[in-house]
Amino acid sequence: MSKVQEGLLYSESHEWVRVEGPNAFIGISDFAQEEMGDITWVDIPDLDNVMKGEEFGALESVKASSDLYSPVTGTVSERNTDLEDAPELLNEDPYANWIIRVHMSDPSELEDLMDAAAYEAFIAK
Amino acid sequence: MEENLLITPLHASHVALGAKMSPFAGFDMPIQYSSILNEHEAVRTAAGMFDVSHMGEIFVSGPDAERYVNHVFTNFAPTEPGKIVYGMLLKEDGGTVDDLLVYREAEPQHYLLVVNAANIAKDFAHLKAHAGGFDVKIDNQSEHWGQIALQGPGAEKIAVEVLGETKAASLGFYEFYDSSRGGKRMIVSRTGYTGEDGFELYASPEATVELWNTLLKAGVVPCGLGCRDTLRFEAGLPLYGDELSDHISPVEAGLGMFCKLDKEFVGRDALAAQKAEGVKQKVVGLEIEGKAVARAGYPVLTPEGAEVGVVTTGYHSPSLGKSLCFALVDAAHAALGTPLAVRVRTRSFPCVVVKKRFYQPNYKK
Repeated sequence: MSKVQEGLLYSESHEWVRVEGPNAFIGISDFAQEEMGDITWVDIPDLDNVMKGEEFGALESVKASSDLYSPVTGTVSERNTDLEDAPELLNEDPYANWIIRVHMSDPSELEDLMDAAAYEAFIAK
Repeated sequence: MEENLLITPLHASHVALGAKMSPFAGFDMPIQYSSILNEHEAVRTAAGMFDVSHMGEIFVSGPDAERYVNHVFTNFAPTEPGKIVYGMLLKEDGGTVDDLLVYREAEPQHYLLVVNAANIAKDFAHLKAHAGGFDVKIDNQSEHWGQIALQGPGAEKIAVEVLGETKAASLGFYEFYDSSRGGKRMIVSRTGYTGEDGFELYASPEATVELWNTLLKAGVVPCGLGCRDTLRFEAGLPLYGDELSDHISPVEAGLGMFCKLDKEFVGRDALAAQKAEGVKQKVVGLEIEGKAVARAGYPVLTPEGAEVGVVTTGYHSPSLGKSLCFALVDAAHAALGTPLAVRVRTRSFPCVVVKKRFYQPNYKK
């Protein structure tokens, strides 16, 4: 049974968002990492901006590749470089390891995301 | 489960073990039980087992069987009982219909052809179509056989224990013997598709289920098709549909050694012409800088950016810790050491042509 962490917002493509003021830290859910299996590469190209619903990179597992979709629009202010050498961190603790930090240009987009209870119901379907 | 998918005798066992199931070659098959990496590691260091009951078993017999097998098979049909030979069935133009194992049975003029699951119907039709003028019986028995591949350095000890037959240990690579299990015939074959020592055990559907459960109790790790692909890939073994196909000849795939041009067989002249004139495309191994993973279908480029090929299989290799792939490239760019690049989504990553046998197999001599 996949864990869903309280206090985060979730997208239908299984990314989570942790909001700290204007910053959105974006990661993947436990459900997503379980579906992917052993992650071997976090492919995040050098992007200045991301758009809600658009790809900002991809994850490669032994099994397959899976695109990452940004749940918000904004400027990419930081990438988690720990994942370059240790992509398996996303399997070990998906909620402790964010992938990118985005300075949001339109925080109202967060209203389209699910809270923990709604996401739990979503993945149970 | 999708509609119309076939299942193997072990389907319920996979579901009970909590395997992730996925369609493969028309069958609902286990991709992984726990983790592809753990299962891969188990086969490299201990013992794992795969349900390969979806593979096809086609029996060929009759007064002309030996002559017929040599007519359709690129390699020499094995002449001694208990011997196995790898080779291909070809179209007249040299394209590959399938790659397969041919077993020489104890009785003269009796052979077993073990073929890829996705190709059973196609192979059967091909075999029938080329049987004109030969007095042979071609019998597709695939539904009546289950098969378990027991693979890894620990396989021999477990095989002897579970089968209760010490002759399993003395069996050489690409040899088999007849046994029985559950009152029906069982074939014990020292073959595999992982780059490790191991056995392929062919038995009745009922005996296959009993054998699987017995192997589980003996501590053998159940392994899905996910790691079967990473294992065969590291060992440089082709998968039909990726490195061999209707449009890729064995010579282009680097498997010319399994095609004996000094005999007559369907597709022989096309292969001889390819050898004489040189092939236009070749399957190569590529080692990629960094962690980038090149998947099937990704373009292969020259360092200047000209497209010269396509990736056929690619992984971050679990045993070697490198990003590697097989690719079909223009022959002019296939020499070992040639610098190339692979395009992964929006970016290109440098790579170099290396030998396809990334991992040195540990076969029983």
